[in-house]
Amino acid sequence: MKTIRIGAGAGYSGDRIEPAVELAEKGELDYLIFECLAERTIAIGQQARRADPQKGYDPLLADRMHAVLKLCADKGIKIITNMGAANPLAAAAKTREIARALDLPQLKIAAVSGDDVLTVLQDGDYRIEDNGLPVKSLGDKLISANAYLGAQPIVDALNAGADVVITGRVADPALVLGPLIHEFGWATDDWKLLGQGTLVGHLLECAGQITGGYFADPGVKDVKDLARLGFPIGEVAADGSVVITKVAGSGGQVTAATCKEQLLYEIHDPSSYFTPDVIADFSQVVITEIGPDRVAVTGGSGRARPDTLKTTLGYVDSYIGEGQISYAGPGAQARAQLALDIVQERLAIMGVQSEEMRYDLIGVNAIHGAQVSAAAAEPYEVRVRVTGRTANMREAVRIGNEVETLYTCGPAGGGGATKSAREIIAVLSALVPRTLIKPTIHFEES
Amino acid sequence: MLLRDIAHSRAGDKGDISNISVIAYDINDYPLLEKQLTAERVKAHFAGVVHGEVVRYALPHLGALNFVMKQALGGGVTRSLALDAHGKSLSGAMLGMDISGAS
Repeated sequence: MKTIRIGAGAGYSGDRIEPAVELAEKGELDYLIFECLAERTIAIGQQARRADPQKGYDPLLADRMHAVLKLCADKGIKIITNMGAANPLAAAAKTREIARALDLPQLKIAAVSGDDVLTVLQDGDYRIEDNGLPVKSLGDKLISANAYLGAQPIVDALNAGADVVITGRVADPALVLGPLIHEFGWATDDWKLLGQGTLVGHLLECAGQITGGYFADPGVKDVKDLARLGFPIGEVAADGSVVITKVAGSGGQVTAATCKEQLLYEIHDPSSYFTPDVIADFSQVVITEIGPDRVAVTGGSGRARPDTLKTTLGYVDSYIGEGQISYAGPGAQARAQLALDIVQERLAIMGVQSEEMRYDLIGVNAIHGAQVSAAAAEPYEVRVRVTGRTANMREAVRIGNEVETLYTCGPAGGGGATKSAREIIAVLSALVPRTLIKPTIHFEES
Repeated sequence: MLLRDIAHSRAGDKGDISNISVIAYDINDYPLLEKQLTAERVKAHFAGVVHGEVVRYALPHLGALNFVMKQALGGGVTRSLALDAHGKSLSGAMLGMDISGAS
């Protein structure tokens, strides 16, 4: 029976690069995918593109392509990635340039566009899902609007002979579902197969998170060789059943437990995982260890895809100012608490305008809050952290300043003060009718 | 004993919603998880962190529970003032729960 081997070479934009090289060298792959697009990344890319029309794609695209393009071209491994971010066309042009510089034989590089629906949202009458307000209420703070495309444009690009497919916003599992539909000729309304294929994509999309990354807990869940963590390979059969594995000798592990953690990662109702291609059902999934670092996953299903596509709206939300300073030794926590009290009073005296403030003691209560952390013992060292949301950069800067002046005006022994102020680009979502979204494919040949 | 002794956990984020899985190492311990880890008890454990509804989904054949906690990420990952804006470390708070009545 024909089996397709798909490797996942990145689980986020900044991920390690060598595991992808290892996959391309030793993974006997048919496809190598890179999932690199977090929720607000496109909005940040859109700002970069406005400043320079040749930018707006993933900042590590060139590094990743330099690392794997020749290997993949030599072995006939096709690359599929959402590193196009806010500018898939420029990303494809850059990839073509790299292919030429590497003196590679002719490569067909596809750029998938059409996810950018900013003008549709600006001109239409749409509501923000999160708060019910009109999208128009964001006014000129709205930076980007990108619909989640499904697998179809990737399938079309592969059917047209693409060696590399670069997209902007697509549903993460579509990076895997696309090649599966292309290879096995699955019908686009075979919801059971699309659900199982989406399951495979969901398991692979975070790369090392299924091979023992983000899993170790010494003494309870030990994982070997995380410094050389191997990234996953999915061996997929025509019925969508998959064996998750990794390159022999690489670090990490593939077990039923690592697969279960990833199965439920960022899932709400396991019987209703919404994607542009199918509403997938993971509730009856069966996970079976069939050998060392080999886990079979079956039982994914699904039902008819939704008529609307989720669209991520990137907008300028606010500004955040922050300051930190450390205290240590006997009485550290009391001095740190005094520091927080002083800063709170100072911000009031100085009339700093904020919408929301947080006063944390790192080492005491900053991560899980005062109530959850209440029973813990007093630590040797404590770091003060004051954070606030403001309407402009000027006010944001003043927050960190009031922490820094603790050096000369605060409790004894404060050290290592830092401060920052930044513009916050946040995201909201809206639903857009599928019929308004028109994916397009542009080809570059090296 | 602590939940950490019999189960593992991973937290994920979407907007202002955190989901936290709890998975028994030994599937024979699953009934204990199902009995002890009610949505109400988990919501109480996350006091001061989770301000909305907690919904529990059960996957008995995998020995797993999935808790979906609303208004849990300081207004949303992309605008939160929290040090751990994604709430990724919340899995640790979950595993610190006491599983009483078990040995």
